[in-house]
Amino acid sequence: MKIKSALENYIFVLPAVLIFSIFYIIPFFSVLQLGFYDWDGILPTKIFIGLSNFKEIFSDRIWWQSLWQSGYITLIALTFQNALAFLLAWACDREIRMKNFYRVIFFIPPVLSEVVVGLVWQWILNGNYGILNHWLTHFGFANLTRNWLSDPNTALTMVAIVHCWKGFGWGFLLFLAGLQTIPRELYEAAHVDGANAWQSFKSVTIPMMISVVVLVAILTILGTMQVFVLIYTMTGGGPGYHTEVPVLRILASMRGSSRFGYACAQGITFGVILCMISFVQLIVSRKAKN
Amino acid sequence: MLKFKSFYSALLFVFILIIFSGCVSRQESGKSVITVWHWMTDREPAFKELSKRYEAKTGVKVSFELYVPSDAYSQKVRAAAQGANLPDIFGILGEKRDFSSFIKAGFILELTPYMDEDNAKWKNYFFAKALAVNEFNEGNSYDIKPGIYGVPIDIMTIQMVYNKALFKQLGLNPNRPPQTFAELLDIGKKIKAANLQGLVSGWGEIWMIDCLANNYAFNIMGKDKVIATIKGEVPYTDPDWIKVLSLFKDMQESGLLASGLVTMVNKTAEQLFANERAVFAFNGSWCVNVYKEMNPKLEYDAFLPPKVTDKYPMAIWGGAGSSFMVSGRSKNKEEAVKFLRWLTEAPQQAYLAEATNNLPANKESINKIPQVLANFARAMDSATHPRVWGVSEFSPVIEALDKGIQSIIIGEKTPEEVAGEVQRIKERELKKRR
Repeated sequence: MKIKSALENYIFVLPAVLIFSIFYIIPFFSVLQLGFYDWDGILPTKIFIGLSNFKEIFSDRIWWQSLWQSGYITLIALTFQNALAFLLAWACDREIRMKNFYRVIFFIPPVLSEVVVGLVWQWILNGNYGILNHWLTHFGFANLTRNWLSDPNTALTMVAIVHCWKGFGWGFLLFLAGLQTIPRELYEAAHVDGANAWQSFKSVTIPMMISVVVLVAILTILGTMQVFVLIYTMTGGGPGYHTEVPVLRILASMRGSSRFGYACAQGITFGVILCMISFVQLIVSRKAKN
Repeated sequence: MLKFKSFYSALLFVFILIIFSGCVSRQESGKSVITVWHWMTDREPAFKELSKRYEAKTGVKVSFELYVPSDAYSQKVRAAAQGANLPDIFGILGEKRDFSSFIKAGFILELTPYMDEDNAKWKNYFFAKALAVNEFNEGNSYDIKPGIYGVPIDIMTIQMVYNKALFKQLGLNPNRPPQTFAELLDIGKKIKAANLQGLVSGWGEIWMIDCLANNYAFNIMGKDKVIATIKGEVPYTDPDWIKVLSLFKDMQESGLLASGLVTMVNKTAEQLFANERAVFAFNGSWCVNVYKEMNPKLEYDAFLPPKVTDKYPMAIWGGAGSSFMVSGRSKNKEEAVKFLRWLTEAPQQAYLAEATNNLPANKESINKIPQVLANFARAMDSATHPRVWGVSEFSPVIEALDKGIQSIIIGEKTPEEVAGEVQRIKERELKKRR
């Protein structure tokens, strides 16, 4: 009877195990294995080259530049995007008029397709016919007009800003949910004790929101480091290598150069870097909580 | 609880059934069906119509399956090759090196015996340059048995086009495109003075920059030196290559290049030119169909990129636009070959040209095409293509050259700096292969 019951249990978890193995475990090990081979993605024969692909990554200047650039976008997202999301969530959590309307408006960018967003912003930022340059000229700032996405001085920052615009709604939603879980009594007690708005914010809101902030920060880092579609649509990684990010480089190795083994090694390296960042962040946040 | 278990067991049974049904091979019906995978959205209705005609004639059904965008199509073909699921007929997007890998792996049928039948009747349908793209010659560097491995469906050339109305606006003769590079630069100055946009192209997509750079490399140093560079015998730091790279600096400084060109995709470039917002475009013969759809009233004409020197002839990229291959593992090989032979006969090619405004690969159909398209076709005499050179440049080198040219255009690097960087990558790649 016991054996039958155990067997039944195993059979019941079998579909989940199968799906997980087929779509996650096996591909992961295949990618890891391919990282040690030289393979063009077509020939049935793969040449074992040991750690050569990984060694090459260390001397691949463009790869590290792309990593630095995605780090720059992440930094802007972590600060500018999350600060904006937090402020807006805080405003919507208070008794203001039309707050439900604002909640809907702020959540529109995240639900839009990244391709559509990329193309619309490409048009807005176009140097010749873009609406941004049009308004700058209209308001007497013609000297500021430029081709925002083709100028190496502005391309990456513009991409980062659009990414923040597209993504701040997620942070807004999470921050708003977090703010709504803070008991109102705490604010009332602070008010009775004579705390002003800033003191309530500093002593009640911030400590109660730490775990949400950590969650949003982790999601922002992981999401932004892997930014791809938006950049692919807006600049394709150009001008030159100025908006290249790791996922674009992996795609270039795989599709442009037909170097599947190298692309897999890049993917593994990138995965390890992301794991390390998350791990460090988790330790730091635990220390901060304590 | 018992009810739940029964329900779950039924669910499990269905799940296992679905999984195993995926492993069962397709039932062969009595009727032959040839499956063709392609990526050509604009040709889909014409292909469907031709498929109907073929079925009516032979009773053989041909199923055209469209997969877009072309990147996704390309990945699908590679994945299908790995899973031994390639269709009877398919096309390959990529470099000749990829094509050779497909042949080496046995995924592509050699078509030479079919082409040579009846005194090479089928082979003689085609423009030699269209066929050359699908051909491997004796002693090729890919170690492929010499022969023909693909069937060209249409041909293309990549050239300059100019807007006649904007030429008039600039005070230029609308029937006389620039003949020399110096003239082109002079027009660039006029464009800048008139505050118009000059040349548009998909230079954000990389390969079109490579194309123009190679055109001028052929003109400045000749084919042999270009091939020698690819073989590693001439460095990219050679004065002739610096001269090629400097042309892009000259074009930028004259005002010829449209603003934002380095991140422009070809679709945007086509829109700008079709909407009369740019004087020049650098585009392939497929643009005739695109411009016609976007602006039927557009007055324009095609011309070869103006020469820098008379020392060597100007060469443009051209040859087979798209080609089909027969799967080496197809059960319907013979039927597939028969269909491709029929598809490339003059009446079907003429229909394709008329319906899609693409240049037919069949020589006999070339006299039934519109004027602008005929101008593109005339340039076939100057056409060459990396796929017929017998050697391929390393992809990282092509990327470095193209990105370097982008850097020159935005004023970030000098031609000498770019040449040095490209050469460093070339040496690294050569060292890896040794």
